[in-house]
Amino acid sequence: MRFQQIDQFAAELKADTRAAVYDGSKKGHEKRTKLLFDEYADPDRLRRIAGEVKQHVVENLDTYLPQVEAKLKANGVIVHWAATAEAANQAVLGIMRARGATKMVKAKTMVSEETELAHFLEKHGMEALETDLGEFIVQIDGDHPSHIVKPIIHKNRREIATSFEKNGLGAYNDDPQTITRRARHFLRHKYLEADVGLTGANFVSAESGRLVLVTNEGNSRFCLAATKCHIAMVGIEKIVPRDYDLALFLNLLARSGTAQELTVYTEFISGPKSPTQPDGPEEMHVIFVDNGRTEVLASDCRDILRCIRCGACLNVCPVYRQASGHAYRSVYPGPVGAVLSPLMMGDKFPQKADLPKASSLCGACHEVCPVNIPIPDLLLRLRNRAKEENVPSPGTPPMGAWALLASQPTAWRASLFGGKIINYLPTKLLPIPALRAWEAKRSLPAWRGGEFRKWLKTRKGRADFSPTAPSRAEAKKAD
Amino acid sequence: MLNTERKPITGKRVQLMATCLCDAFYDDVAAATVQVLEYLGVEVVFPEGQTCCGQPAFNGGDWTASRKVVRHTVKTFAGEEPVVVPSGSCAAMMFHGAVLEFENEADLGEVEALGRRTWELGDFLVNGLGVKTWPGRFEATVAFHRSCHSRGTNSSTAAATLLGSVAGLKIVEFGEGEQCCGFGGTFSVSFPNISASMGALKLDHIRAVKPDVLVSGDMSCMMHLGGLAKEEGKPIKTLHLAQVLRDALKNGKLI
Repeated sequence: MRFQQIDQFAAELKADTRAAVYDGSKKGHEKRTKLLFDEYADPDRLRRIAGEVKQHVVENLDTYLPQVEAKLKANGVIVHWAATAEAANQAVLGIMRARGATKMVKAKTMVSEETELAHFLEKHGMEALETDLGEFIVQIDGDHPSHIVKPIIHKNRREIATSFEKNGLGAYNDDPQTITRRARHFLRHKYLEADVGLTGANFVSAESGRLVLVTNEGNSRFCLAATKCHIAMVGIEKIVPRDYDLALFLNLLARSGTAQELTVYTEFISGPKSPTQPDGPEEMHVIFVDNGRTEVLASDCRDILRCIRCGACLNVCPVYRQASGHAYRSVYPGPVGAVLSPLMMGDKFPQKADLPKASSLCGACHEVCPVNIPIPDLLLRLRNRAKEENVPSPGTPPMGAWALLASQPTAWRASLFGGKIINYLPTKLLPIPALRAWEAKRSLPAWRGGEFRKWLKTRKGRADFSPTAPSRAEAKKAD
Repeated sequence: MLNTERKPITGKRVQLMATCLCDAFYDDVAAATVQVLEYLGVEVVFPEGQTCCGQPAFNGGDWTASRKVVRHTVKTFAGEEPVVVPSGSCAAMMFHGAVLEFENEADLGEVEALGRRTWELGDFLVNGLGVKTWPGRFEATVAFHRSCHSRGTNSSTAAATLLGSVAGLKIVEFGEGEQCCGFGGTFSVSFPNISASMGALKLDHIRAVKPDVLVSGDMSCMMHLGGLAKEEGKPIKTLHLAQVLRDALKNGKLI
């Protein structure tokens, strides 16, 4: 029997990797919940308000984007618009070439993962070094991030120590402090050599044009302190209407993402350095990246553009915990990725139409989302879209015959009676593939079709009812 | 958020939506639901034409097939009485799922109307009829599995209120109670490995607190967890909320 790719991936996942992902996400979720509910009387209300603010932004991007462009320009920032990943990368390359720059230090930004900026720049002879510790490890390993906030959630410290040794960063030592110290020592020199610092932005205020960056390692500050040119790559949905709104979003983002009251560093960047400032970038560029977002906006799943990339839905998701982020074959894994990644494929949607199926629709993602995105509803819409586009879906039972049966009461009652045959068949002879797939992992209960209806008709008053259920165990054994 | 607003209960007559799972496998759960409601003096009408709520196709992505079944269900449950269903999952299909797949359909209004009078059993008893304590006796340590379709609804709190009030019954909490059991409808057969791993984790947590019985308001979760446990050769006892309430009445010689 053919299974879904993600299910296959999960089945073949190394036990070590599964344990690392499971433990990391479970801890993240539990700390988040404790912090939010200990400190706020009604965190759900905050999530709903934040969701409404971001939904308002998403639905009024045509107003906010020109507004933010004007503010940024007034602040001395050079604004670029990139419709595609390629255009965004070319814009970065163009800025670097114009300055005669060859070396970039990068802070963590998911949009640059979308565009595969580092690879692109390396191909064009530039150095593009990741300075976030997790991203740095992913880069020296030639690996991919498997979590939005914790890129190396799938690795344990032994694997990291091994790759440090392989990359000339010291003899094997898996003490986390040693690993961090070695990375820090290596990176310090790189900051000083670099020409350009690249960051993303967690939020951009339309009111002031302020970029907001949250980090925990201080690497983005180093990127900006040591270089003369700051480039920020920003998804067009990152806008909040007012500076005032940041109070809500910063509180929710840090708590939801890393279970912190605030991240260690929260930077507000208003533009390049002013003449009175002693140092900092003298030139600042903001590249607004579309890369499929306007198509998402035009779809019935536009709510997903509210996402502030906290990763709380990954941490709580039982499927993500079993399958790991790499199972999703996308920059964005987990519940948010299962919606966003297929949508961002445009015409190639069928290639990732299996992602929305990788969910028991348990709704835990919706329950934790700081911007209250109804992720299960969006997964369902995409499942329906896949069906309408006739994308094959291994293991999903066909529903046409069932729907016919379930809309004709006489046929339904007959099948309730006829179904009793399954009590006597071994698994391999069960007439429906879904029943065989069920029994591969679980016993089926005894078929008692029509018994309730019979009881209703024959009982006198409130007759007692003590069914004796035959077991399927005997039949199954005959398999 | 789910739209869980309901019309207030006035009469003492309900329509029973027995669910396809009870129709096919769990007749005693449907019978217990009738017995519990009748004990409270509620007249239970069973529309004979009922089949399924339409959720399998809705979750599977075949909304055309699902709408066909929902339309049949809307027709079958005509009238004004509350519809009571011993399943959080089928109830949520009626008041949320069906509304989603009918958003561009001309008959959305009829679907919404049925949703507004559909109640999950525990929610109906506590918030519809105002029952806060349950009589009788049930000597057991109970692990209560909060099924996922009760998220954002009053159902889990309602069930816990009722169970917690039964003499002799002790509820034990278990780890990661907010996590899914791994059933997920068609997910259980198209992602069998992940589905079974999720179930195994749930079973570990449940067994760790050594309950006499695992109780839920949804037989789909019980079918999955019970089936997994049995397959492992370590069966667990599972009961539906309605069965516990009915058995409590019987033990107390109230029915």
